[in-house]
Amino acid sequence: MLQEFYLILSAIIFTIGTVGVLTRSNAIVIFMSIELMLNAVNLSIITFASFSNDPVGQVFVFFVMAVAAAEAAIGLAIVIALYRLKKTMFIDNLKLLRN
Amino acid sequence: MEYCLFTILAILAIASAALTITLKDTVKSALALVFHFFMLAGIYLTLSAQFLAIMQIIVYAGAIMVLVLFVIMLLSTGDENEALLRKSKLKQAFAFTISLAMIILIASYITLEFGIKPIVTDFNTLNGSVNAVGGELYTNFLFPFEAIGILLLSAIIGAVMLSKKKI
Repeated sequence: MLQEFYLILSAIIFTIGTVGVLTRSNAIVIFMSIELMLNAVNLSIITFASFSNDPVGQVFVFFVMAVAAAEAAIGLAIVIALYRLKKTMFIDNLKLLRN
Repeated sequence: MEYCLFTILAILAIASAALTITLKDTVKSALALVFHFFMLAGIYLTLSAQFLAIMQIIVYAGAIMVLVLFVIMLLSTGDENEALLRKSKLKQAFAFTISLAMIILIASYITLEFGIKPIVTDFNTLNGSVNAVGGELYTNFLFPFEAIGILLLSAIIGAVMLSKKKI
C-alpha cells in the first residue's frame, strides 16, 4: 500500500524533471532538472530495496550518487567552457552542431 | 505517524521540485532544489535508509549544490549581482527560516521515532544502517567501489581540463 505512494512520488518528481529539461533553456536549470530525475530514480530504487529488506539496492544507490557527483563536475565544467566560448548560458543560442 | 510524515514530506518535495523548474532566477531555483534534496533525505529516513539520507544531504545538498551555486555566481552578469546585493537581507531571512524549519523537522522526527518510545533498540540490525550497507560495500562490492574511485579521479582531471583556458 505505502510502497505505491513512494513509487507515485518518484514518478511525479521524474516527470517534473523531464518537463524542466524540455521546457527551460538555461543550461544550469537543465542540469538541475537532470539531478531531479536522478533523485527520482534513486527514490524508487531505495523503495524497492527497503520493502524487500535488502541492503544491496542501497549500495547501488550509493554508486549512483558517486556517478552523479562525477557527472556534476563534468557537466558544470562543460557549462563554463561553453560560456567562455559563446558568452551565453542559454542553449537556444548554441547551434554549433547544426548544419 | 509514518503516513502523516510521508504526506508532508512528499507535498513539500513536489512543490519545491516544481519551483525549481519554474522560477526565473537561477539562484532561487537552486535554493528550491536544496530544499527538495532535504525533503528527499527525510523521505529516505521514513524508508529506514539512514546512511543514504545522510549521504543525500552531504553529497547532493552539500557538495553538488555548492558547486552549482558557485558556477551560477561565476557566470552571472553585473545587473544580477546588484539585484542580489539589494535583496540580500530578504535572502538571509529566507535561508535562516528554511534551515530552522529543517532542523526542527529532523529533530522532531528523531525524537518522535526514537526518543520517546524506541521502536528499534539495535540500530545495526536495520537494513539501511551504516553497518549493513558498509558490510555489503566492502565485501561483495569491493571492486565497483574501487572503480568508483578511478571514475571520480578521471572526473576531476576531466573537469580541470575542460575548464582550463589554455591546455
